[in-house]
Amino acid sequence: MTHAPLLKRLVLICIGMFAFAFALVPLYDVFCDVTGLNGKPSLEQAEQSTQIVQNREVGVSFTTHAQSGAPFEVKSKEYSVVVKPGAMREVMFSAKNNSNLDKVMQAVPSVSPGKAAKYLHKIACFCFDQQPLKAGEELEFKLLFYVDTALPSDIEELTLSYTVFDISEQLVASNN
Amino acid sequence: MSSIVEQPNANEAHHAHHPAKGFKRWLYTTNHKDIGSLYLIFSLTMFLIGGAMAMVIRAELFQPGLQLVDPHFFNQMTTVHGLIMVFGAVMPAFTGLANWMIPLMIGAPDMALPRMNNWSFWILPFAFLILLASLFMPGGGPAFGWTFYAPLSTTYSNDNTALFVFAVHIMGISSIMGAINVIVTIVNLRAPGMTWMKLPLFVWTWLITAFLLIAVMPVLAGAVTMVLTDKYFATSFFDAAGGGDPVMFQHIFWFFGHPEVYIMILPAFGIISTIVPTFSRKKLFGYASMVYATSSIALLSFIVWAHHMFTTGMPVAGELFFMYATMLISVPTGVKVFNWVATMWKGSITFEVPMLFSIAFIVLFTLGGFSGLMLAITPADFQYHDTYFVVAHFHYVLVTGAVFSIMAGAYYWLPKWTGNMFNITLAKWHFWLSLVSVNVLFFPMHFVGLAGMPRRIPDYALQFADFNAIISIGGFAFGLSQLLFVAVVIKCARGGDKVPAKVWEGAEGLEWEVDSPAPYHTFSTPPVIK
Ligand SMILES: [Cu+2]
Repeated sequence: MTHAPLLKRLVLICIGMFAFAFALVPLYDVFCDVTGLNGKPSLEQAEQSTQIVQNREVGVSFTTHAQSGAPFEVKSKEYSVVVKPGAMREVMFSAKNNSNLDKVMQAVPSVSPGKAAKYLHKIACFCFDQQPLKAGEELEFKLLFYVDTALPSDIEELTLSYTVFDISEQLVASNN
Repeated sequence: MSSIVEQPNANEAHHAHHPAKGFKRWLYTTNHKDIGSLYLIFSLTMFLIGGAMAMVIRAELFQPGLQLVDPHFFNQMTTVHGLIMVFGAVMPAFTGLANWMIPLMIGAPDMALPRMNNWSFWILPFAFLILLASLFMPGGGPAFGWTFYAPLSTTYSNDNTALFVFAVHIMGISSIMGAINVIVTIVNLRAPGMTWMKLPLFVWTWLITAFLLIAVMPVLAGAVTMVLTDKYFATSFFDAAGGGDPVMFQHIFWFFGHPEVYIMILPAFGIISTIVPTFSRKKLFGYASMVYATSSIALLSFIVWAHHMFTTGMPVAGELFFMYATMLISVPTGVKVFNWVATMWKGSITFEVPMLFSIAFIVLFTLGGFSGLMLAITPADFQYHDTYFVVAHFHYVLVTGAVFSIMAGAYYWLPKWTGNMFNITLAKWHFWLSLVSVNVLFFPMHFVGLAGMPRRIPDYALQFADFNAIISIGGFAFGLSQLLFVAVVIKCARGGDKVPAKVWEGAEGLEWEVDSPAPYHTFSTPPVIK
């Protein structure tokens, strides 16, 4: 029979498409990175701000929530602040480990509206590093940020949300 | 080409001309007609099981409040109803029709890969056995909707999710093998002279469907595999805690999901394009444009998936792109509807049962297409999203669309398969009862949906009570009407008025040149195409 060549090609397409499903995972991240979609802000330290726009004000609110089951209580000292684009602002957060075990916490930031994500620059953030918290310990963390002067004019307020995860077990697993 | 065709003939000489008897005949069969029948019987069985689940859903929704089943079981019913109807009823029915009709329509002696054909059918019952068995295990079956969105299917699902995943894997392998077989058959086994633009439209639409299948079923397999590893092997494809993203699930799923809806409707277009000319006694209007329209629908289906995700917080530019791309699909679809109507225009139309179903298809599928256009309008979709309006939309395109076309095809070719005419009176009762009840069932869903009744919830606000009672009555009537179909099929298989080779006098195509019932082996010598 002469079906073999066509059959081979069709099977290869299937295998290729199965691989494509998994290739979508990195592609998705690259796409979000390039376009700044999805509200994923950069996890790297930003440059200092050099200029300030005096005649504009932007509201920045903070929300925090712990992944279900994560024994952390994280709060911002201020619920929301008003800043001028380019002006650096410090906001304090407190985090408490409510369990009786030593834990490691990782905060993942997200910005809403999504397209504002790339205009929020963090110079210092507890989300840059994993934060170990001893059993029952409560620590203060600093967030130092500014809003880019190029923030589109239709955005008058934005929200920075932190989800904190308990990564103690993953750490143990990866150390082994 | 002729050498390909002659080889199976040489093999056939070794076979007995009459198949083995009993269960083994069906288990070991590699005959495309046997396997086509198996697929169709399996599909009808699944249609009844999935329908019974719909009856449970409608019984619970007959009144507001919780009466019959607890919400967890209700969720299992909506989930498994969807899975069974999509993967167990509609898709195997089309594969069954493909098995029966494609070799007959292109003058081939059998499918190109008969042993794989046997496998692709026989793994299917096991997939659904696994899925249905999970309903009876502690914790119950899948309850996260047939779309199995993460994290519902990962973080919040029960341990039986592995059974769901394996069942979907097997269904996927089965339809991929079926699709490969269809492609190889059509490409390699066409009778001499059967050029591409002479292919019957059912064959064309199935060829394009088969390519869609091999392109997206592996993506579905990838998605369920990721759910499996996220749930059991601590990966984080969809889990933000590990750097994943649940929204990405929806992108991957709908990259499969939107082409999937065309997998369930393109063969329907082929059936309708076959039946309408027969009973209009005219050639199909715009054959070539039908082929091009089908191909462009298939290609466009890959760039519209995010119209299911307007409410996930996409940027406006993305929403606009997916809105316009989706609306663009209505152009080739409109071409098809126009061509069907133009085929009937000034034809000498008669209203045999297959034609009745076909005309109902054209009207009601178009209606479902219109509500699809409404859903494509991004700003409006925010109101329609996840309401009964969506349920109304996809049941119009899937029940009065895909299922009606399957019924039309079954009535059209049943005499060819059995050699007997079906009971026309009973079949007409089936049609009219179905037509009325299906609209009582699905039309008011538009209203409750627009008024804000959410889908997939076992209870609802009191103001929806009257409409839901009407919908449920329509549902019970539609469900019972399908028993008439079962009766017609069984009676027709047992006996009836004998029919000639050319059952319908206006029919054209190679399948009407072989005897009725179609002999076990046909076109052992390839026919000559003028
Ligand atoms: Cu879609």
